Amino acid sequence: MTTSLTSRTPLLVLVGRYGVIAALLLLILFGWARYDNFLGSYNILSFLRYTSMFALVALGMAFVIMSGGIDLSVGAVAAMSSVVAALASPYGLIPGLLAGAAAGLVAGILNGILITRLNIVPFIATLATMLAAGGTGLLLAGNQSVSVSYDTAFVELGQGDLLGFPVPAWIAAIAYVLGSIILNLTAFGRSVLAVGGSEDASRMMGLPADRVKFLVYAGSGLLAGLAGVILAAQFGAGQPIEGVGWELFAIAAVVVGGTLLTGGKGSVESTLAGALLLGLIFNILNFENGLGWISLSAYWQSVIRGLFLLLVVILQAKLVGRDATG
Amino acid sequence: MFQRQTPTPTPPLLVMRGIDKSFGGSPALRGAEFTLGRGEVHALIGQNGAGKSTLIKVLTGYHRRDAGLVEFDGQPFEVHSPHAAQAAGISTIYQEINLVGLRSVAENICLGREPRRFGLLDWRAMHAEARRLLGRFSIDVDVRRPLGSLPTATQQMVAIARAIGFKAKLVIMDEPTSSLDDREVEVLFDVIRQIRADGVSVVFVSHKLDELYAVCDRVTIMRDGTTVRSGPMSEIGKLELVATMLGRELTAVARQGATAFGAKAAHAAGEVLAVDQLAAGPRVRDVSLAVGAGEIVGMAGLLGAGRTETVRVVFGADPAAGGSMRYGGQPFRPTEPADAIARGIGFCTEDRKIEGIVPELSVRENLTLALLPHLTKAGIVDEAEQRRIVERFIQRLGVKCQSPEQPIRELSGGNQQKVLLARWLCMNPKLLILDEPTRGIDVGAKAEIQALIGELAKDGLAVLMVSSEVEEIIEGSDRAYVLRDGQTVAELTGQDLNETELLAAMAHGAHDSREYGHG
Repeated sequence: MTTSLTSRTPLLVLVGRYGVIAALLLLILFGWARYDNFLGSYNILSFLRYTSMFALVALGMAFVIMSGGIDLSVGAVAAMSSVVAALASPYGLIPGLLAGAAAGLVAGILNGILITRLNIVPFIATLATMLAAGGTGLLLAGNQSVSVSYDTAFVELGQGDLLGFPVPAWIAAIAYVLGSIILNLTAFGRSVLAVGGSEDASRMMGLPADRVKFLVYAGSGLLAGLAGVILAAQFGAGQPIEGVGWELFAIAAVVVGGTLLTGGKGSVESTLAGALLLGLIFNILNFENGLGWISLSAYWQSVIRGLFLLLVVILQAKLVGRDATG
Repeated sequence: MFQRQTPTPTPPLLVMRGIDKSFGGSPALRGAEFTLGRGEVHALIGQNGAGKSTLIKVLTGYHRRDAGLVEFDGQPFEVHSPHAAQAAGISTIYQEINLVGLRSVAENICLGREPRRFGLLDWRAMHAEARRLLGRFSIDVDVRRPLGSLPTATQQMVAIARAIGFKAKLVIMDEPTSSLDDREVEVLFDVIRQIRADGVSVVFVSHKLDELYAVCDRVTIMRDGTTVRSGPMSEIGKLELVATMLGRELTAVARQGATAFGAKAAHAAGEVLAVDQLAAGPRVRDVSLAVGAGEIVGMAGLLGAGRTETVRVVFGADPAAGGSMRYGGQPFRPTEPADAIARGIGFCTEDRKIEGIVPELSVRENLTLALLPHLTKAGIVDEAEQRRIVERFIQRLGVKCQSPEQPIRELSGGNQQKVLLARWLCMNPKLLILDEPTRGIDVGAKAEIQALIGELAKDGLAVLMVSSEVEEIIEGSDRAYVLRDGQTVAELTGQDLNETELLAAMAHGAHDSREYGHG
């Protein structure tokens, strides 16, 4: 039971703790050495613009997983929200933003009610919401993508810049700062980890376990909604069939970031690192294709991404496991 | 101490001799012995950690023994899985019925040895077989119904029928009556007597003394991993049984100095908690008690007497079915722990690992989790204040940790318990409920915790302490209640709070008609 910190090699601990960041830096170095313009402002900015959506979804997922749950609905919810935002975009930037975010929030609240009131396991509850949200998106869109209005400032949410950085990156940055404050400095944030670490113990301490769980799903829905807004604004259309596999990306980013899938342990910062790392793999594969040495079809890219992900997760599991059993 | 039994005319069905088993260096069994005759119902009893379950698990192949000899049915017996044990004729019926609730009665009985015709399931034969087996116990149910739709007692019969169907020579029943009502227990006993008449042996694990005497022929008592007594049930009185199980000498009078509790407090003034004829679930039937400010009230009883279940109801973790409670002079009926906590009650649970600590979180977090709502300003945790509180309690309670940021899972059991005590103390409780506060804690830390409890009571805290340790109750509490089968059977104070009275109450129940719990 007693600690054996001293018997472990410090290097291993460091790698375990900062593995994602190390991998991130290595990939950046690799890209910088191999490709021209990899660290050019165009690539960096478009990388941030695109990855921000995923980062938002991953942030919500991180809270859900830290509370001991899972949210499979985020991709479908983002797609549905992108349609809602596109439909509301003729009324302006704010209405589009609010409508998309609200659509996500409603889906998240539905998850929260299913899980805390009706005691349905998160896996099933969010799977049902995933199907329902996917269908709702297609219904609203009439089975095709819905163009956003270019008459209003709505598209700025996806395509605009502010102080030299893409608007989506600002939104994601603000969300991550708030997320970090909520997790580390509020009673709610600590309760998320307590409930995820031991729900029985939390209840015996009088912590409002159900309220905590309800709020993480509502939050995850809201963030997926925001990601949907950005999706619509960035591509100029609500995309009812986008978002497939986003939940897996988000789960992967969270896990790569070192958050325990069983809950109770994790951090907002490493989730961001995880999301950036996965985004960077996309980016590098694109460059690799651009070099023309080999031509990778989208299918092969998918396979390679999967293998890389597996590698990182296995490594992480080994290191985290060592840290946990120490 | 182990008494040789007189040789039985027929050779015994099972002989276990010199069984050793350790887990990670700590011995669970040390030369345990167990002999079981044919067609015999044999009680196996002992306190928590005495080694009963380990012995059973060694027998059923769940654990591999480190040393010792097992002979079953005249043959050396080596099985390495519960499945193999079942095939050899040993069936185990667990406390929670380990059958498939959604499948039919017949399927549950025949699962694993289904009758077939032309390679396909022969449903007709399966139903007939199930009906035949259950019919022997005069149980009449539609064998096509899902098992889960039947009452618990009937499910238990199905489990027994399944065991018999497997041609079991030995049926092990682990607390089979814990979820049965009196009438159902009678039916179960009839079944047990019937299978005994057929020559099947039964090992019966239970903590309800009256049941043991009602149905068992012989008894084996275990303590600290060894067999301390074995003999015919009729030759061992209840008091002797309890004393042997707890490792007490019957002649012993009030001892002193074995625990670290301080001098006993003067009798308490104001009533803090009063519980009157509380009932909840199958294990709490009629419990009455009272706790005053500055008083340590002990709650004694054998395993399964309903102590933990009672304090969980007081804390709002489980609902009450009957009776009433008063707290601070007001009617009190908490529906969740948060209610009880808001009224100033703290509860250190028996199961520290599951209901106490949040293993991945730090000492600091674990200590202040319950207090967090009071530590926040505009939603943000006041970390400076949090650190001050944590430092103060780590120092006051002598928690040994590298830093407040160390994950609590890395601390020793004693230090974890101190953090959990601090968790409640920092909320200034009026009543602290402690369920086995020193179980699984090393001697040194144990004394520290006991001394601390004494100090807290001196400062005016009301303490309700559940304990299975006789010394802890006698020396540690100012008054003690004894629970037996879910009922308060005795209240012991002053001179009466001694070992003889305590054991007598555990063994026999009330010996006069005093009223309890009305302070």
